[in-house]
Amino acid sequence: MIQKELIVSLNRPIAGGIYEMRFSGAEYCAPGSFVEVTVPGFYLNRPFGVGNYEGGELTIFYKVVGGGTDKMTEVKVGEKLKVIYNLGNGFRLDRAKKPLLVSGGIGIAPLYYLAKCYAKMGIRPTFVAGFRTADEVVLEKELMEICDLHIATDDGSKGFAGNPVACVKALEREWDYYYSCGPMVMMHFLKLYSEKGELSLEARMGCGFGACMGCSVVTKSGYARVCKEGPVFDAEEVEI
Amino acid sequence: MITENKVLDTQVELFGVTLSNPIIPASGTFGFGYEFSEYYDINCLGSMSLKGTTREARYGNPLPRIAECPAGLINAIGLQNPGVDKVISDEIPKLSKVYSKPVIANVGGHSFQEYIETVEKFNDVEKVFAVELNISCPNVKGGGMAFGTNPDTVESLVKEIKKVSTKPIIVKLSPNVTDVTILAKAAENGGADGLSLINTLVGMRIDLKTAKPIISVKSGGYSGPGVFPVAVNMVYKVREKTTLPIIGMGGISNANDVIEMMYAGANAVMVGSYNLVNPYGSKEIVDNLPGAMEKLGINKLSDIIGRSHNV
Repeated sequence: MIQKELIVSLNRPIAGGIYEMRFSGAEYCAPGSFVEVTVPGFYLNRPFGVGNYEGGELTIFYKVVGGGTDKMTEVKVGEKLKVIYNLGNGFRLDRAKKPLLVSGGIGIAPLYYLAKCYAKMGIRPTFVAGFRTADEVVLEKELMEICDLHIATDDGSKGFAGNPVACVKALEREWDYYYSCGPMVMMHFLKLYSEKGELSLEARMGCGFGACMGCSVVTKSGYARVCKEGPVFDAEEVEI
Repeated sequence: MITENKVLDTQVELFGVTLSNPIIPASGTFGFGYEFSEYYDINCLGSMSLKGTTREARYGNPLPRIAECPAGLINAIGLQNPGVDKVISDEIPKLSKVYSKPVIANVGGHSFQEYIETVEKFNDVEKVFAVELNISCPNVKGGGMAFGTNPDTVESLVKEIKKVSTKPIIVKLSPNVTDVTILAKAAENGGADGLSLINTLVGMRIDLKTAKPIISVKSGGYSGPGVFPVAVNMVYKVREKTTLPIIGMGGISNANDVIEMMYAGANAVMVGSYNLVNPYGSKEIVDNLPGAMEKLGINKLSDIIGRSHNV
């Protein structure tokens, strides 16, 4: 865990209500780890999965869901924000030879970074990215270069018509291990379909670094904090 | 800044134990302490109050347990803890490896019997120099605050606990009452050795999109800088009625808040919510305390306890 004031080097909308924000000057952040951003005027820090780390720049992707994220859209390049990073455990890349990545909505962010890591290892993952509608599709071009990408939309406005788990079931692709991030209900059904993978959970957090027990979940080996023992859990281990 | 030839004294005393400074992370905002030693040397802290402990292990409330407020947060954790036996056999030994000072155990419960049995187990734990009774947690059904808002219950509970405990007993008071001093006197009459206040204020936030309360159990405890003036007032009012040691808490977020709380009558302070938004929060307050003292011309911190009552 590191807490620092980082300079915002990019803050731009990339689709309806979804933004990309980059920070310069951060130390390495592992795929699957997360950060907490202090938003001026808001008491609690906001947690975001790391969306990329490249050339000393830390990237997050965020969706405007309330006052805090709305305020973030106003941050100008060159301004400093307090960020706590290197939080949580991260994905275990060595588990898959033929990885399947399954995202729902903004859950695409940590899996995009994971896909980039696999690309560096010479592995081209299968990626099923679910969105509500075509307007919310992000990172399509970037992912097509490094993945076997399948887009699913709930309303059928682009790609597979239906949720990403249904898309996975319909896919005729060989995979040996999956990584998923998205709405709890999506990951619940993915877990029912197969437990050969890991799930990156999200939760309303108090602190983000293990102090408050605000984000506890039940696992086979007892209680675990999404922010500390997670956010990535073995699908067979965690109850969702 | 400490000038060369002036040594500022930040020491305070609680129950015969000298604390190097009055900063104590509050129960439930610091886990069992040892995890914070990954971030800094926690030996800079005066003491710490451990995560609320019950006789049996508790998972606590369903998620969401947290809701943000303009100047703080609402929590409804529900006393998640591994149970007193594991706390004594696993958690405290882990803490002892990285923290050399004595600590405060915090005990919650649903019945007299549960409180008594849990408190009694800490009798033989050398690391623990006092036990804080959480009779004011708003997040536990049929216990917690239900005990802490009835003066007769408070008095008899403390009396029963004093019969079995060999440690000083600190009673943590609820602000969710008409007159906190009545509860403070009840605790004192029961034999309490000290008081800590305030616990959280009962609050609720509602999701604008769904119109449902954000917290799974609807209400929770509000804490953070927004409650600081409420806490200062209650500490002040309780100090008027008792000479017992008081640990003041509620929204303390900087060294000046510590001094203000001590002016009101606190012998030491607890830092709660601030630990959740700044992992170095308690340490920063400790570090900034001498500078804040010097600016105000305070050489010896223990001299200012209750100063507002004599000016």
